[in-house]
Amino acid sequence: MNDTLRTNEYDVAVIGGGLLGSSIAWGLGRIGQLTCVLDEGDMTKRASRANFALVWVQSKGLGLPEYTGWTVRASENWAKLSDEINHLTGIDVCHQRPGGFHLALSEKELEDRRLSLHRLHNQPGATDYKIEILGHDQVKKQLPHIGPDVVGGTYCPLDGHVNSLRYLRAIHTALKASGIDYRPEHKVSAIEYRNGEFRIVTEQGEIRAGKIVLAAGNANMTLAPMVGLDAPMAPTRGQIIVTERTIPFLDFPLTTIRQTDEGTVMIGDSREEFTDDAVQNLPINAVMADRARRMFPLLGNLNVVRTWSGIRVMPKDGFPIYDQSETCPGAFVACCHSGVTLAPNHAFDIAPMIAQGALDLDRVGAFSAKRFDTKSVQSSGYY
Amino acid sequence: MFKRASQSEGHAVKLTVDGAPIVARQGDTVSAAMLAAGLGEPYRHTAVSGVARAPYCMMGVCFDCLVTIDGVGNRQGCLVPVQEGMVITRQKGKREIES
Repeated sequence: MNDTLRTNEYDVAVIGGGLLGSSIAWGLGRIGQLTCVLDEGDMTKRASRANFALVWVQSKGLGLPEYTGWTVRASENWAKLSDEINHLTGIDVCHQRPGGFHLALSEKELEDRRLSLHRLHNQPGATDYKIEILGHDQVKKQLPHIGPDVVGGTYCPLDGHVNSLRYLRAIHTALKASGIDYRPEHKVSAIEYRNGEFRIVTEQGEIRAGKIVLAAGNANMTLAPMVGLDAPMAPTRGQIIVTERTIPFLDFPLTTIRQTDEGTVMIGDSREEFTDDAVQNLPINAVMADRARRMFPLLGNLNVVRTWSGIRVMPKDGFPIYDQSETCPGAFVACCHSGVTLAPNHAFDIAPMIAQGALDLDRVGAFSAKRFDTKSVQSSGYY
Repeated sequence: MFKRASQSEGHAVKLTVDGAPIVARQGDTVSAAMLAAGLGEPYRHTAVSGVARAPYCMMGVCFDCLVTIDGVGNRQGCLVPVQEGMVITRQKGKREIES
């Protein structure tokens, strides 16, 4: 778009161009909203490039059963998102839903897992879905390359994965194809609500919009108070090992190991409260590698190409925050840990709610940040 | 396609490539030895699209010389000097790892 003709006034300004912000923005453009995405530049945390690409259901929602249902919905709608994006951009993001495993390397691990899933499914209002608790021999039927140390695991047919880096590229391509104005190097420093519209101060000047969506991940903690909202975040660091490409041997994603559509094996995961992503903790990598090799001994023959660490977007209790401002009507906040899994909900559910001016509290009221006022906030233990 | 520029003084070094014996010279890199033995067309096939490739830069930056040396895959052949008895296998597509 020619810069001199470019508008600085929009129906909706989405602050943050990661997986969540881009999915919402595309969803808004899809239903006719004049939308822009205000993104930072290259020298920032970029959490959307640092994920494990899982579209994951099992084990989610302990402590907030509504999250289980929200996650199942996303899992069901991922194929629709993938098809529409492919149709619009020609990019196939290789979404697959063969079901997923979590493997245990000791009886205690398996029992802890079983207990945790049992509690999850016993919560009032829990969504029911199939989950299987399997011994070594049963797991081996689906994962023939497991090693003798694998005691068993849990399997859920709703789990899957996607090429998440390609999805980020595809959704950005879709933004462009849909006429949504993606504006990098537009870090937001202040937001003012005046006369029913928002004036957003960015590093490249002022943008005005009738509505705004704060989709800046961990930075929402700083932005939310500018519009009378709250977004308590507790980021954690995770590390990943990436191997060279090999012939397909792993047909199902695991919570900590997956093989991409191009043959790369990714190994995770760790959780630390230390949030410097420019350094690595090598002993942690060693533990992850050792566990992976015990699960699949053949991994010992693969070269490691690189390792990296990234900072998770993580609300304080692990569950999404979707909220709307009372003091500044038209301001919304949206952030979550599972930007990959929840992408379809952001595009097909949240975006229309924003366009209509109000979140549907029957469906997402449980995710309001007001929950932090009334409950003693604890980490869900998820990450 | 490749010819040695001169009769080198280096003594002969015997290797196998895909099970077949070749004779290299002391000081050759694995990639140079394979190209001199006429094994460059094709040298390997890429991991994602399976396209035929051969070494290009011969100095360690293009990664088109990837080859398996003594059981370790994805070695850059242009950076590894030949040694007597080396077992080289060419890579067609993705690494194959035994279970």
